[in-house]
Amino acid sequence: MSDKNKNWPLWEVFIRSRQGLGHKHVGSLHAADAEMAIGNARDVYTRRQEGVSIWVVPADKIIASAPEDSDALFDPANDKIYRHPTFYVLPDEVNHM
Amino acid sequence: MNATQEKLREEFDAYVAKDKKIEPKDWMPDGYRKTLIRQISQHAHSEVVGMLPEGNWITRAPSLQRKVILLAKVQDEAGHGLYLYSAAETLGVDRADLIDDLLSGKAKYSSIFNYPSLTWADMGAIGWLVDGSAIMNQVPLCRCSYGPYARAMTRVCREESFHQRQGYSIMMELMKGTKDQIDMAQDALNRWWWPSLMMFGPSDKNSTHSSQNMKWNIKRFSNDELRQRMVDMTVPQAELIGLKIPDPDLKWNEDTGHYDFGEIDWVEFNNVLSGNGPCNNERLEARNKAHDDGAWVREAALAYAEKKKTKE
Repeated sequence: MSDKNKNWPLWEVFIRSRQGLGHKHVGSLHAADAEMAIGNARDVYTRRQEGVSIWVVPADKIIASAPEDSDALFDPANDKIYRHPTFYVLPDEVNHM
Repeated sequence: MNATQEKLREEFDAYVAKDKKIEPKDWMPDGYRKTLIRQISQHAHSEVVGMLPEGNWITRAPSLQRKVILLAKVQDEAGHGLYLYSAAETLGVDRADLIDDLLSGKAKYSSIFNYPSLTWADMGAIGWLVDGSAIMNQVPLCRCSYGPYARAMTRVCREESFHQRQGYSIMMELMKGTKDQIDMAQDALNRWWWPSLMMFGPSDKNSTHSSQNMKWNIKRFSNDELRQRMVDMTVPQAELIGLKIPDPDLKWNEDTGHYDFGEIDWVEFNNVLSGNGPCNNERLEARNKAHDDGAWVREAALAYAEKKKTKE
């Protein structure tokens, strides 16, 4: 069986597909250090010009919201339909506002 | 199962039935998690072991161009294995444990890779038929209910289509050649045809995992449906370049609009599955050797990373 302490840590990989777009999560990989993580990410996730920039982040450094908190976090926006432009009915003459 | 668990399970089933996606931190039934870990890791192992029959021909590819193409294809298979291990790890398993299960022989991988690749034409037959069957199986998985698996499969499918086309192109080239080359292509088709159809798994009446996986939107079409599609798609491709499908029972059925085909040799299927195929031992030995030979590299890289960290 493998010795857990001998395993390379897990990194999450984010790729900017082209200039003008944000980095997007594409998956994860294992690497001994950040430099190797970038190198491996290049080989695993950009074999067909999928990216112009790579971010790697140690997986255990990512703080994520919990699914069970979704209601508390995202529901309050549900009843604020006045934040959307379509809430306001205007005369046809100004409909392109 | 207590009342809360039961309620969560009902909500989960209803949610998935609406064709919605599950993400890693969402609640999921144990059975769903287990089935996905099993399927995704087996799939990852298949990609990794799948490099071996083709790796066998890299040094003997007939031209420099065919060599770089085959290298790129084998590198893709490694990449596919890595996308899939990455997806499996989101379910809370450790990649090293999955790999241990492959190396010890505990985990399964696709039986097709337990057949030997005897001639250059096998590179054509594998790309055309084995990758062809894989695509047929995998396209519906791009819509699987588990987000990370679906996303990995989308990447895989995009790349597999190059694999299938390069395989067919090898067969086309051989069929334009000498009698020996034509015979070589036909021989490869004869050997790979039935194993490729076996890739869809047992027939629907004997498939153990199917119905629950259909309900969970992990599986979309039955083994027999996908197998029929593969036959329907491939027969005209073979005819077009003058290859003959090695099945005396194969014939077009006007009424059904499909090809009828002969019975698969399920004894052979079960035999290879249970470890007695022509190359089962060789494949596992090769994986174990690569893993053991690479141990010092993994250790050295980690030691170097540790040393750099203490210097900072």
